[in-house]
Amino acid sequence: MIYTDLCIIGAGPVGLFAVFEAGLLKMRCHVMDVLPQIGGQLSEIYPKKPIYDIPGYPVVLAQELVDNLAKQIAPFNPTFTLGERVEKIERQEDGAFILETNEGTQCHAKAVVIAGGLGCFEPRKPALENLDTYEGKGIDYMVRNPEKYTGKKVVVAGGGDSALDWVIYLAELTEELTLVHRGSSFRGAPDSADKVMKLAEEGKLNLKLNSEVTALNGNGVLKECLITNKEGKIELVASDYFIPLFGLSPKLGPIADWKLNLDRNAITVNVEDYATNVEGVYAIGDINQYPGKLKLILSGFHEAALMAQSAYRVVNGGKKASLKYTTVNGIQSF
Amino acid sequence: MDIKIHVEEANGNLNTIEAPTDMALSLMEILKASDYPIAATCGGMALCASCHVEVLDNTYAEEPNDAEMDMLDTLPVVSQSSRLACQMPITEEMDGIRIRLMAEATME
Ligand SMILES: Cc1cc2nc3c(=O)[nH]c(=O)nc-3n(C[C@H](O)[C@H](O)[C@H](O)COP(=O)(O)OP(=O)(O)OC[C@H]3O[C@@H](n4cnc5c(N)ncnc54)[C@H](O)[C@@H]3O)c2cc1C
Ligand code: FES
Repeated sequence: MIYTDLCIIGAGPVGLFAVFEAGLLKMRCHVMDVLPQIGGQLSEIYPKKPIYDIPGYPVVLAQELVDNLAKQIAPFNPTFTLGERVEKIERQEDGAFILETNEGTQCHAKAVVIAGGLGCFEPRKPALENLDTYEGKGIDYMVRNPEKYTGKKVVVAGGGDSALDWVIYLAELTEELTLVHRGSSFRGAPDSADKVMKLAEEGKLNLKLNSEVTALNGNGVLKECLITNKEGKIELVASDYFIPLFGLSPKLGPIADWKLNLDRNAITVNVEDYATNVEGVYAIGDINQYPGKLKLILSGFHEAALMAQSAYRVVNGGKKASLKYTTVNGIQSF
Repeated sequence: MDIKIHVEEANGNLNTIEAPTDMALSLMEILKASDYPIAATCGGMALCASCHVEVLDNTYAEEPNDAEMDMLDTLPVVSQSSRLACQMPITEEMDGIRIRLMAEATME
């Protein structure tokens, strides 16, 4: 069990900045995110895009902003659980909360801050009939621990950067590797595309262009993928693992089950402190909704500051925080 | 001028909306303004695919641009008629077009 003052769900820019605002008030934070990296939409959807409306930065790349936020909060030593989805929040009799992830990680917190953005980033799944039968029994939507594919027969599907990058990486480990792509060429990163073509020429990769995985066979565990090409030619490929890599997209997910008031997939909050209808649970950033709400990073930062003042009272038995400029005392890390 | 767009939702509901051609709007923006539940997460940059639609008539002949092709290429389920609504400017040629919203692009 992880013990903390605030448990922050979502490591997007707003969740990260909440660590700073909480830190100024001497509250410790634990941050959880289903993505394996921090940064939310910025690192997942547009890491290389310039942002122009962050005060004090005429222009900043999304990933650069995330890196700077990480630096800014480092003095407060936040702890992280990444790559796990928060499934449950349970309020204890003493008012504290226990949160639990899909992997069973538990966090005990005096208050909860939901900075869940547009929701949990979930993999886009191919339309295959018995897909869910083999989830966790041969189908992986993310490569978490590449070593597990050592000496195995692996089929990867997808034509985007992550499919190419992983194929290049996995080619060193697997016994047999197949890449299935619907298109006739790879768009995007030309470097990786060249490497993939070379692997295919060297016989280290079975490259199936103009093709799709159209069925899965097995008994309890995955045994083979059926690959169909544009001409209708069908091929069976023995597979210990099938890894469809079609990117991620946000879905509200478990947040819908937490008995919070929702309005169009967002949590309605009190604009004084961004508190939800459950005492001790706050919602900030893209995930919340109130009259006049703007889904901007800027608004989320402001919400984080107000939330922290209010959460301080929850964490400290009703005591009020006093506002101090950082210019007076600097950052008192812990 | 105003053009007509016939919109089929993932659940089969069919409706016709009107859109002005002189406001430099995209189909995605019109759909959002008409309260269709498409997410359009990236705001129209061809980066999120959450404005994925199918064009159901074959008179509309505008070709997808590169950014759009790149994005469509990464999706698990697309067809010959798949398009990103944010990359489709509202034009007179579009008058009477029929589109279908893809279930995975909606917010539900
Ligand atoms: C292409 C694009 C361009 C943009 N440009 C700008 C711009 O120029 N200026 C601007 O201000 N804004 C811009 N935005 C909007 C901005 O990115 C968002 O406002 C911002 O990301 C919101 O931050 P957040 O921390 O609230 O949520 P997010 O960044 O969405 O992060 C939320 C995180 O919570 C995680 N999560 C959710 N539920 C769970 C759960 N149950 N368990 C575990 N983890 C969970 C998600 O996986 C995600 O990583 C842009 C957005 C896009 C897509
Ligand atoms: S709105 Fe994101 S791709 Fe169209």
